[in-house]
Amino acid sequence: MKFKLTAALAGLAMLVGAGAAHADGELNIFNWGNYTSPDMIKKFEDKYKVKVTITDYDANDTALAKVRAGGHGFDIVVPSANYMPIWIKEGLLLESRPDQMENFKNVDERWVNVDWDPGRHYSVPWQWGLTGIIVDTSVYKGDVNTSSIFLDPPAELVGKINVAPEMNDVMYATIRYVGGEWCTADKEVLKKVRDKLVEAKPKWIAMDYGVIEKFASRDFAAAYYWNGAAMRARAQNPAVKFGYPKEGFPYFMDSAAILKDAKNVENAKLFLNFIMDPENAAMISSFARYANGIKGSDKFMPADMKDAPELIVPKDLEAAGRFLKPCPPEVTDIYTKIWTEVLK
Amino acid sequence: MLSAREAAENARRQDVRNRWLLSAPSLLIIFFAAVGPLFVMLLYSVMAKGDYGDVKLWQFSADGWFGVFFQRDIFDDTLALNDAHVAIFARSVKLSLATTLITLLLGFPTAYFIATRSERSREIWLFLITIPFWTNLLIRTYAMQEVIRNEGVINTALLKLGLISAPVQMMYTDMGILFGMAYVYLPLMVLPLYASMERLDFRLVEAGYDLYATRLKVLWRIIIPMVKPGIIAGSILVFIPSLGAYVTPRVLGGGKNMMLGNLIELQFGQGRNWPLGAAISITLMAIVMVALLFYVRNASRPGARHG
Repeated sequence: MKFKLTAALAGLAMLVGAGAAHADGELNIFNWGNYTSPDMIKKFEDKYKVKVTITDYDANDTALAKVRAGGHGFDIVVPSANYMPIWIKEGLLLESRPDQMENFKNVDERWVNVDWDPGRHYSVPWQWGLTGIIVDTSVYKGDVNTSSIFLDPPAELVGKINVAPEMNDVMYATIRYVGGEWCTADKEVLKKVRDKLVEAKPKWIAMDYGVIEKFASRDFAAAYYWNGAAMRARAQNPAVKFGYPKEGFPYFMDSAAILKDAKNVENAKLFLNFIMDPENAAMISSFARYANGIKGSDKFMPADMKDAPELIVPKDLEAAGRFLKPCPPEVTDIYTKIWTEVLK
Repeated sequence: MLSAREAAENARRQDVRNRWLLSAPSLLIIFFAAVGPLFVMLLYSVMAKGDYGDVKLWQFSADGWFGVFFQRDIFDDTLALNDAHVAIFARSVKLSLATTLITLLLGFPTAYFIATRSERSREIWLFLITIPFWTNLLIRTYAMQEVIRNEGVINTALLKLGLISAPVQMMYTDMGILFGMAYVYLPLMVLPLYASMERLDFRLVEAGYDLYATRLKVLWRIIIPMVKPGIIAGSILVFIPSLGAYVTPRVLGGGKNMMLGNLIELQFGQGRNWPLGAAISITLMAIVMVALLFYVRNASRPGARHG
């Protein structure tokens, strides 16, 4: 079975990194799928004469499990904020001191002293965004700024909803929806959370990644998913609208870091420094359509991103957004159990 | 001086030794590539789970095995049968049996057709059967999405013909998974069926007709008993990989309709429960072995081989 899984992953990897020829300089990036700007990679390759290979993962846990298993051959990984402390604590990352790199001056102060990597000794901001509601307004015309779209779906949307299979994002929205606080261990609240999720799940069609094309092909009419993807979906289907759940929505930030057992440490450091350059950060953003954490990058961004409704949180809903702190292990344990129960 | 008998005995021993030496490389590979990892799995299945995946080495625990079929309620700690796991086991067996049946029903006439062509055109037909193998499984599965999705080939055609008024939801359903698996595994059924039909002595079929047997009787009393080894081989080749199918349910089932392969993957990923994943893997293997024993016993029954 393990073989099947490996074979499938290898197949995926081969699709993405086809023709990984052995050049003199190499850099192997392990990143979320459909997230890395090919233009930016091309620019890096040309500038430093380094052959870059990108391999995809679809979830923080997938990346963690793969790197942990060893023999992965990756140099750079891009974990989310709530997983970063695990990567650091488990000794999987190299303390590469990005804060002493030349381009670090470009990093927005807001993203320097972050909970998950105080002072940025390990990681560099890649992109940040939030999880919210995507609705095809040709199917449903009501209010989209609410988690009820996927937790108590209106009749028009039943059987057409996709929910990102991300434990923390779904748990956060649901805990807030039933009136609890993040990291709560209150059994009454958590019971409501479990019951709500178990009740809602049959009304969803899928729990999958890769929603952008599915809105264009009308396979999905709603989703609980990330804002950048919503913007790319809107480019293919103008009826797509993004909503900020008033009950509460989670922000995320993914940051690039070097793995402790990286083989191309020097190239990896060059890369971290490279993506802190405003022009290069803008290339990342204009591909994946999320904001980055680099000052001065907005002037290199495409015009349609400057006033995109997916990137500007409405003033009255700003207070509903939170960065998710890692919860204590015993709380995470209960959340994982609820999540597994919902998933299966 | 050696007696003739001793010389013969020595030669025989030499022969045995040579055979062992010749097969040593493959035996070693099998040992290290199959038994080794299996042993690791077995070991992992009896250890305590780590906080963020992995296992706590040498801290033994029966939780992994316990979790295969049982669960403790999150809130009141009561013990209960893990109905979700049972449901996934049942779905996997059901879908695999259905896949085997569909491929058998489709593959049997196909193999019969090929086996009754002239020798030269048989090669061309066989060649055509192998064409899907040229493309990566993942790509074929994604192509299947294009066929069965709401605005895909089937739904568009049916809508244009006026046979349906709204798209039939096939993607992300068990039916979609079944469709994909039947497509993927069909060649594995056709090839062994063809191999045994090719050796079928058609004079016996003619003799059957001469003795006034109906077509159905000829099929049931002559052809099927003679190609039974092929049917069994094909069913094994389809049923076993279907049970562990991963890519097809992942891509066509949308992450909601899990099969065993996906349940195992979940434990090694988001579930962060490697011991449970290892225990389920071994359980899956046990099911496969039981199925194999069942098949083998049936296959070796007297009367199974005629030709």
